[in-house]
Amino acid sequence: MAASLTRISYSSAFTFSASKTSVFSPSLFASSIKVPTFSPLTVQPLCSTFAPHAAHAISFTTHATSTPASVLDTSTKTFHGLCYVVGDNIDTDQIIPAEYLTLVPSNPAEYEKLGSYALIGLPSSYATRFIEPNETKTKYSIVIGGANFGCGSSREHAPVALGAAGAKAVVAESYARIFFRNSVATGEVYPLESEARICEECKTGDVVTIELGESRLINHSTGKEYKLKSIGDAGPVIEAGGIFAYARKTGMIPSQSN
Amino acid sequence: MASSLASPSPTSSFIRNKKDLGFSAFPSTSQIAIQKCKKQVSKKIVSVMAPQQSERKPATTGSVKTGMTMTEKILAKASEKPQLSPGDNVWVNVDILMTHDVCGPGSIGIFKKEFGQNEKVWDREKIVIIPDHYIFTSDERANRNVDILRDFCTEQNIKYFYDIKDLSNFKANPDYKGVCHVALAQEGHCRPGEVLLGTDSHTCTAGAFGQFATGIGNTDAGFVLGTGKLLLKVPPTLRFVMDGEMPPYLLAKDLILQIIGEISVAGATYKAMEFVGTTVESLNMEERMTLCNMVVEAGGKNGVVPADGTTFKYLEGKTSLPYEPVYSDAQASYLSEYRFDISKLEPLVAKPHSPDNRALARECKDVKIDRVYIGSCTGGKTEDFLAAAKVFLASGKKVKVPTFLVPATQKVWLDLYTLPVPGSGGKTCSQIFEEAGCDTPASPSCGACLGGPKDTYARMNEPKVCVSTTNRNFPGRMGHKEGQIYLASPYTAAASALTGYVTDPREFLQ
Repeated sequence: MAASLTRISYSSAFTFSASKTSVFSPSLFASSIKVPTFSPLTVQPLCSTFAPHAAHAISFTTHATSTPASVLDTSTKTFHGLCYVVGDNIDTDQIIPAEYLTLVPSNPAEYEKLGSYALIGLPSSYATRFIEPNETKTKYSIVIGGANFGCGSSREHAPVALGAAGAKAVVAESYARIFFRNSVATGEVYPLESEARICEECKTGDVVTIELGESRLINHSTGKEYKLKSIGDAGPVIEAGGIFAYARKTGMIPSQSN
Repeated sequence: MASSLASPSPTSSFIRNKKDLGFSAFPSTSQIAIQKCKKQVSKKIVSVMAPQQSERKPATTGSVKTGMTMTEKILAKASEKPQLSPGDNVWVNVDILMTHDVCGPGSIGIFKKEFGQNEKVWDREKIVIIPDHYIFTSDERANRNVDILRDFCTEQNIKYFYDIKDLSNFKANPDYKGVCHVALAQEGHCRPGEVLLGTDSHTCTAGAFGQFATGIGNTDAGFVLGTGKLLLKVPPTLRFVMDGEMPPYLLAKDLILQIIGEISVAGATYKAMEFVGTTVESLNMEERMTLCNMVVEAGGKNGVVPADGTTFKYLEGKTSLPYEPVYSDAQASYLSEYRFDISKLEPLVAKPHSPDNRALARECKDVKIDRVYIGSCTGGKTEDFLAAAKVFLASGKKVKVPTFLVPATQKVWLDLYTLPVPGSGGKTCSQIFEEAGCDTPASPSCGACLGGPKDTYARMNEPKVCVSTTNRNFPGRMGHKEGQIYLASPYTAAASALTGYVTDPREFLQ
């Protein structure tokens, strides 16, 4: 424990926030972080923190990202696929009902099983289901929602279920705090915010593309384009596969030898 | 819903939203103030030709210090900083980390994967592990999850593990408590001025003790298990001033339903909710816990009530650790302030399927119900059952629908069988409940508040209409997707049980 702690450098840490008032500037952030009780605090060279080439030696340990190995550079990242559209206040009980919380996300077999139940709690008014009967994965790689997506419980099973089902990103007007943070911490899905209320204008099954670098969502079925809010410093954390993977990749904590 | 989010227009006459007092650019406000102070110091030096002296940090001088809210102060102390402003990201030292059987195994899995199979937790005395969610079930995976907790606690020599081994009789398990948020308070783990994190969204309940408490996910909890720290963003504070004498037919549940109805289920997202005023001061600790418990239903990061004599008295004999209460400065900045005259409030419910779907209980008197549920971290405390018993006692009648009682903890259960209900001539809650025809109080746990495994006691396995003292009425929350949940106070729940309709408790309490 102590050994691993001493090599954590906190001056380049990640921030999570969906708030409009967030502080994402790395320099501002660095000045506010001091961890006096961690000693000795050996600061690793940080020049490589945001360099695209820094991570080639790191192996992915999480299930979420199916990304190419050129990490830490989100500017060219795109997601393309079918979208699944839901409304406002989609709470975590609808994303993954409590009866499935006996599944432990850190257990690989149970991780897969969680995915097969993603969004199963949506009312029957959702005639088209996120995951079809007898399937374990979704054919919709992008979920589009309204305001306050992921409200309710702190269950990390929620972003995990979406990621395990095969979703890459959620695009919503706004998020509940814990869901947003859990999405970033696990790297399971990109919780992207739209500037407009696009859940009214997109239909389940529309073909969409998200261009992260351009902060843009294109609905090919309707021909419309929408501006997204920048994911900011949370982007590289999700791309790496969560906070631990990101911290290893950037040298904040040592790579695992085992 | 959308319209209420976009324009939270006050629907009731007794609220005055003093948004003008807030600071729209809160993150920069205090920085500007600090800059000003520095300038003043240097000017002074020039004018008197004093020798050069080292610059005084603003926070070292009481007179120029920028005011902080109690949430900001707690986080400042925990991050060892003299001054914090909303929006600051800081590494916070955690005083207590709580986890339970639903999120504990996953958090432990992450801890082991990331820190190593043989690593030790950061502090075996600061981790509290409370099995409470899926206990009295034959679900093998649920049972296994409690075993995972036990193995981990043994391996790590965790000091506070409230274990249960004999599922057939909870009373045979002296260590077993029940619902984590209530057990944390009863066992003395909630202390003013501290930081308490838990892998459960209702961890915010502990804010009732004047501490910072919020829910986190498994990955963050895995990080805390290894380091005792977490990166947190300092939230801006919404201040709720509740004044006026609490009418005898209201409970804290009505107050928080009023607030959530006012600001919506996303009205406090990322924000702290501070509760003050003469009404709040008059509430006992369990009622304050109800108030803070549901801040997450408004999206809040934490809820907080200043510690006072009521707090200190509750803590007597519960904790031997020293604690240091903190209080908001008079000049602290709030994002906005809401004022309520509680003496004019009426009993409320939240209609399906959202906690902000507020209505007066009397407006719903034609809603026929199938059952009543009294339990959970929100409404399953001793005071909640005493309140329900008071209504049954006052009516002298029998319930018309099945009425399920799930005490939050073993202590609450014991109270139901031992504490005399005031004005009853020495009867206990359990006697009054039996006379009213309620179900026998069940084994303490989270029960059917969140549905859970199919064999969970009182789970809504059919599309029923339920009046419940719990915290959420989302679709499927108590089991069945088409089930309808009316959230209400224990008074309103008991009154509704007596009539079979959603009922204003004033029909029985006069």
